[in-house]
Amino acid sequence: MSQNSKEVLLDPLFNNNPIALQVLGICSALAVTTKMETALVMSIALTAVLTCSNVAVSLIRQYIPASIRIIVQLTIIASLVIITDQILKAFLFDISKQLSVFVGLIITNCIVMGRAEAFAMQNTPSMSALDGLGNGLGYSLVLVLVAFFRELFGSGSLFGVQLFSKVTEGGWYTPNGLMLLSPSAFFLIGLGIWALRTWKTDQIEEN
Amino acid sequence: MEELISLFVKAVFIENMALAFFLGMCTFIAVSQKVDTAIGLGAAVIFVLGITCPLNNLLYTFILKEDALIAGVDLSFLSFLAFIGTIAAAVQIVEMALDKYAPALYNALGVFLPLIAVNCAILGGSLFMVERDYDFAESVVYGLGSGTGWALAIVALAALREKMRYSQVPAGLRGLGMTFMVTGLMAIGFMAFGGIEL
Repeated sequence: MSQNSKEVLLDPLFNNNPIALQVLGICSALAVTTKMETALVMSIALTAVLTCSNVAVSLIRQYIPASIRIIVQLTIIASLVIITDQILKAFLFDISKQLSVFVGLIITNCIVMGRAEAFAMQNTPSMSALDGLGNGLGYSLVLVLVAFFRELFGSGSLFGVQLFSKVTEGGWYTPNGLMLLSPSAFFLIGLGIWALRTWKTDQIEEN
Repeated sequence: MEELISLFVKAVFIENMALAFFLGMCTFIAVSQKVDTAIGLGAAVIFVLGITCPLNNLLYTFILKEDALIAGVDLSFLSFLAFIGTIAAAVQIVEMALDKYAPALYNALGVFLPLIAVNCAILGGSLFMVERDYDFAESVVYGLGSGTGWALAIVALAALREKMRYSQVPAGLRGLGMTFMVTGLMAIGFMAFGGIEL
């Protein structure tokens, strides 16, 4: 793999993370992270949609008139999301119920639109695929990390497997209920960004 | 009538789009640096949600729902595509109408109107409306209510961020990190409304 394509694939993980630096796609990132299971399924769904839409947009990029490109991109993305939603409903019905409207909201997830507009419109299909995969992984990384802490401390389990025995069942761990509520997601992402920027000091914002 | 009022209050405070469901977060974080722009964007969101929610409700009940158009045909899998189309079209029409009949408001809303088409709060409103089986009147109230809640949250956050410019924030937390923390604290504040039963 050439240096350039490696950069395109790995940059979004830490150096240019879609959530932590580009402020894209936060909406769904926070809502589905109370459990590892839903976070993982959501990550896979988004990465798949993002990679496919990047390739599709890149393939027809020379034929899209600039004035209607947003509509074209939205249609491509919406069709891919419908397919994803149908697949989830067919094979993972319980999880698709838990994800509820958030699968549909991949359509308006700014990462997908943002990458189609910023990258796929200018680059070849293979590079766009790598870019989509990389950004999808960067998003997944944040999602899985947040979900890890929320599920572990909120219900003492991971992937539904009880790791800490709860007080209510005669164990020692008192679950932290706040972790399952929305504010904790904001705090965890905020702390995550703090940690990332302490490591990569060039991402610190001007005051 | 009482149910509608309670639905409105619920949509504004208890099930706040931004703070409880994290919808419209990208714009919420990105466009909350000044109170003025936040008010403009908030108004635009109330407006668009108030229009698209009932529109999508009609579309869903009369065309997409199972057995609605032709007996035995369930078109609801098309709802994502239909909703986003309606939203994009509605935003476009609203933009043109405002430009012609209310230029002052049009200039105030500026670039935010077209941006709203891809705001997840708008699509989220329509999807929640379908999931919860709201009828037409309820969807009008829900659209306006959830828009108001979102506007309230973004104006409050913008006001906080304006003040925060004068405070000493640790280097790594500056900007985005701190905004998340403050939003988290606001979400805790809004949770206090959680117990209200109307």
